[in-house]
Amino acid sequence: MADMNMIKSLNSALSISLKEDPNVVIFGEDIGFFGGVFRVTEGLQEEYGAHRVFDSPLAEGGIAAIAMGMGLNGLRPVAEIQFADYIFPAYDQIVNEIAKVRHRSGGEFTAPLTFRTPAGGGIKGGHHHSQSPEAQFTHTPGLKVVYCSNPYNAKGLLLSAIECNDPVIFFEPKRCYRGPFYGDPHNVPTWTGHPDADVPEGHYTVPLEQARIVREGNACTVIAYGTMVHVAEQAIKDSGIDCELIDLQTLVPWDRDTVVNSIKKTGRCVIVHEAPKTSGFGAEMSASIQERCFYHLEAPIQRVTGWDTPFPHTTEWDYMPSPQRIADAINKTQVE
Amino acid sequence: MTERRTATTAPYTIGTPPFRPGESADFGGSFKEQPEDLNRPDPSTCTSDDTASHARGLVRVLDDNGEAKGEWDPNLDKATMIEGLEYMMRLRIFDDRMIKMQRTGKLSFYMRSFGEEAIAIAQTMALKEQDWIFPSYRQPGAQFVRGRDMVSMICHCIGNTEDNVRGRQMPVHYTYKEGRFISISSPVGTQFSQAVGVAMASAYQGKDEACITWLGDGTSAQGDYHYALNFASTFKPPVILNVVNNQWAISTHANLATGGKTFAERGLAYDIPSFRVDGNDFLALYSITQWARQRTEAGLGPTHIEVYTYRAGAHSSSDDPSAYRPNDEATFWPGGDPIQRLKDHLISIEVWDEEKHSALAQKIDDDVMTAYKEACEFGDLASGPYPPASTIFTEVYETVPWHIQEQREELGK
Repeated sequence: MADMNMIKSLNSALSISLKEDPNVVIFGEDIGFFGGVFRVTEGLQEEYGAHRVFDSPLAEGGIAAIAMGMGLNGLRPVAEIQFADYIFPAYDQIVNEIAKVRHRSGGEFTAPLTFRTPAGGGIKGGHHHSQSPEAQFTHTPGLKVVYCSNPYNAKGLLLSAIECNDPVIFFEPKRCYRGPFYGDPHNVPTWTGHPDADVPEGHYTVPLEQARIVREGNACTVIAYGTMVHVAEQAIKDSGIDCELIDLQTLVPWDRDTVVNSIKKTGRCVIVHEAPKTSGFGAEMSASIQERCFYHLEAPIQRVTGWDTPFPHTTEWDYMPSPQRIADAINKTQVE
Repeated sequence: MTERRTATTAPYTIGTPPFRPGESADFGGSFKEQPEDLNRPDPSTCTSDDTASHARGLVRVLDDNGEAKGEWDPNLDKATMIEGLEYMMRLRIFDDRMIKMQRTGKLSFYMRSFGEEAIAIAQTMALKEQDWIFPSYRQPGAQFVRGRDMVSMICHCIGNTEDNVRGRQMPVHYTYKEGRFISISSPVGTQFSQAVGVAMASAYQGKDEACITWLGDGTSAQGDYHYALNFASTFKPPVILNVVNNQWAISTHANLATGGKTFAERGLAYDIPSFRVDGNDFLALYSITQWARQRTEAGLGPTHIEVYTYRAGAHSSSDDPSAYRPNDEATFWPGGDPIQRLKDHLISIEVWDEEKHSALAQKIDDDVMTAYKEACEFGDLASGPYPPASTIFTEVYETVPWHIQEQREELGK
C-alpha cells in the first residue's frame, strides 16, 4: 500500500495496464513527453515508449475516431480528452459509432476503449473547464459511464474500465485530483492520510456496476458521485442527520440493488450532482427510485444540482451544490 | 475537367452544378488528359511534391479506343481482368434486381453502385487478402472480391432471420468480418478517420496490412475527412484514402463541397502523395491502388486518391435526380461506363466476345434470382420471419446489463 493522490493512483492504473497488456496504447493532447496537463500520464512515455504513449493532434473528433479504429483492429486504446468540456467534437464518433458498432455489426466488430476525461468544477475554470457532461453519455446505449471520486476507486475503476470489452467514458473529478473537496474553497486538504488514499501498488479492480456505501445511516439516503461525494459527506456532518451516503461510481449501469435497498431502509432520498438539473442524471435516479420504491418513500425526493445555466467563473461557489444546500435538502426530507 | 460554373448572389459565390434539368449536358466529349501524360513515380522514393501534376491531372490506362497505354498499365493477365469484369457485371445485375425488389416493396430501401462498379472491385483486387476494407455505402462490390455469398447479402438487405446484423441496419449497410469488410455506418465520413486508426493498429502490431477507405465528394466537407488526412499525415500509417468524386451528394453538386480545383490536390497540403484517377477505368484504379499498397510496404504510409467518376444512378431508392440534373447527364460523362470500357478492352485484345459476355450476364442474372429465392426462405420483408425481438436487447454491451434485461422482460419476448 502507498499513500497516493488521485493523479498518482490513475497513473499507477495506466502503468499497470501498459505493463500487463501489450495491446494497451495511450494517447491524447499533451499526454506524452509532457505527461498531461494534470500530470496523470507523467513518466509513462519514458517507461513504455512513444509508440504506446503519445501526443495527438488537437482534434478530439480525430482522437475518438483513431481510438475506435484501433479498437476495431485488436488494440485497447485509452484516450484522454483533456477536459470533458472538449469532448463534443468527438460526440458523433462516440455516440453514433463507438457506442453502436457492436450492435450494428451483429457483434462482428467491437471497439473496447476508454476515454478518460477530467470533469466538474471548482478550479476557477469558467464554463469551458468546469462542466460535467455525464448525462450526455448516460443517454447513449452502448456506453458505460464511470465517475470516480477518490484515489482508491479511481485506480480500481480505471483498471476495470480498460479491461472492459465495452467502451467506457471515465470521468475524473479534477477538483479532487490532489485532495478531497468538502465545499470550502478556503480549506482544501490534500489526500495525505485519507483512508481512501491508501492505495495498493499492484493490480486490483473496483467492479463497474457497483456503488459504494460511504457511510451507513437510517434517516435519509444521499446519492452522489465525483466531487459531490465529499461535499455531501460534509453536508451530512453539518446536518447532524443520520444519512446513508452512496457513491454511485458507475452511472451506466448503476447499482440498482444498493440504491433500492438503501431507500427502502431510509424512505428518504437526496440526489446530488454538479451538472444542470434539467435532464441531469438525478432525473433518471429520481424517476427510477419512485418507480421502484414509491411505497417506501416518506417524503418527496430532493435534487441538489448545478443550475440550468452555463457554469460561471468567479461565482462558481454559488453554482456548485454547497454543503449548506445539500443539508437544507436533507432537512426537507425529514419533514413528516 | 468541366469548367466550374457558379451563380453569384451578392455577397456570396454559391457553387452550382454545371447543368440543370432541361439543359443539355456537355462535358467536352472526352477527357483531355491521356494515359501517357503522367509518369508512374517510384513508390519507395516518391514525395508528395512529385505528385503535384498527378493531383491536378488524371491517371488513366485505357484510352478512348480501349487500348491500355502508358506507365500506369498494370499489365494484368487476362484471367484477372475477366474476374474483374465478372464482379462488376455481378454487381450491376445484383443492383438492378435489388432495386426492382425495392420498387415492388420487397426491400425497404436500396442503393446502387451504378456507374461506379469498378472502384471498390478493382481497388480491392489490387490489395492483399489481409488488408482491411472500410467502406462507405457505395463500395459493396468489395465483398464479391472477398468471397461473400449473395444469399447472405440479400438476407441482410431484407433484414430476415439470416441477416448477420439481425435486422438492425438499413439495407446495404453490410458487415462482413470474414472478408475484413468493416461495418458500414450511415453518418457519412466517420469511417475515414477510423480507418487511420485501423491502419495505426496494423502498424503497431507490425503486421503487413493496409486499410483502404472511401468517402464521397460531398462528405469531404466533413471534419472527419480532414481529421483523417491530418492524422494520416502526422502518423503515416498504411492507409489508402479515397475521395470518390462522383459529382453528386444527393442533389448537392461537388462545386459546393470545395471551392478548390481538384479534390486530390488537398492531400498535397498534408504532404501526402495525391492522385486523381479515372474512376471508370478498371486498370487505372487497379494500378493506382497497387502503387499505394507498394507505398505502405515501403513503410511510407498514406496515399490520397480522388476517384473521378459520375454517379450514374440516383443517390438511393428514395431519390429522384431528374429534379435537379438533366436525366441523360450520365450519358455525356467522358469516362463512359466502366463495364463497357473493360469489356471493349478485353474484346480488343481478343480474350472476350459478345457471346461470352451475354452468356455470363445470363448466368449471373440466374444466380442472382436463385440467391434471392434462397434468401427469402429465411424470411421476406412483407411477412418475415424477422430476427426475434430479443435481438433488440443483445449485443448492446458484451453482456446484457440489468436495466436492459428488465426492459426485455417488459417487452415479454
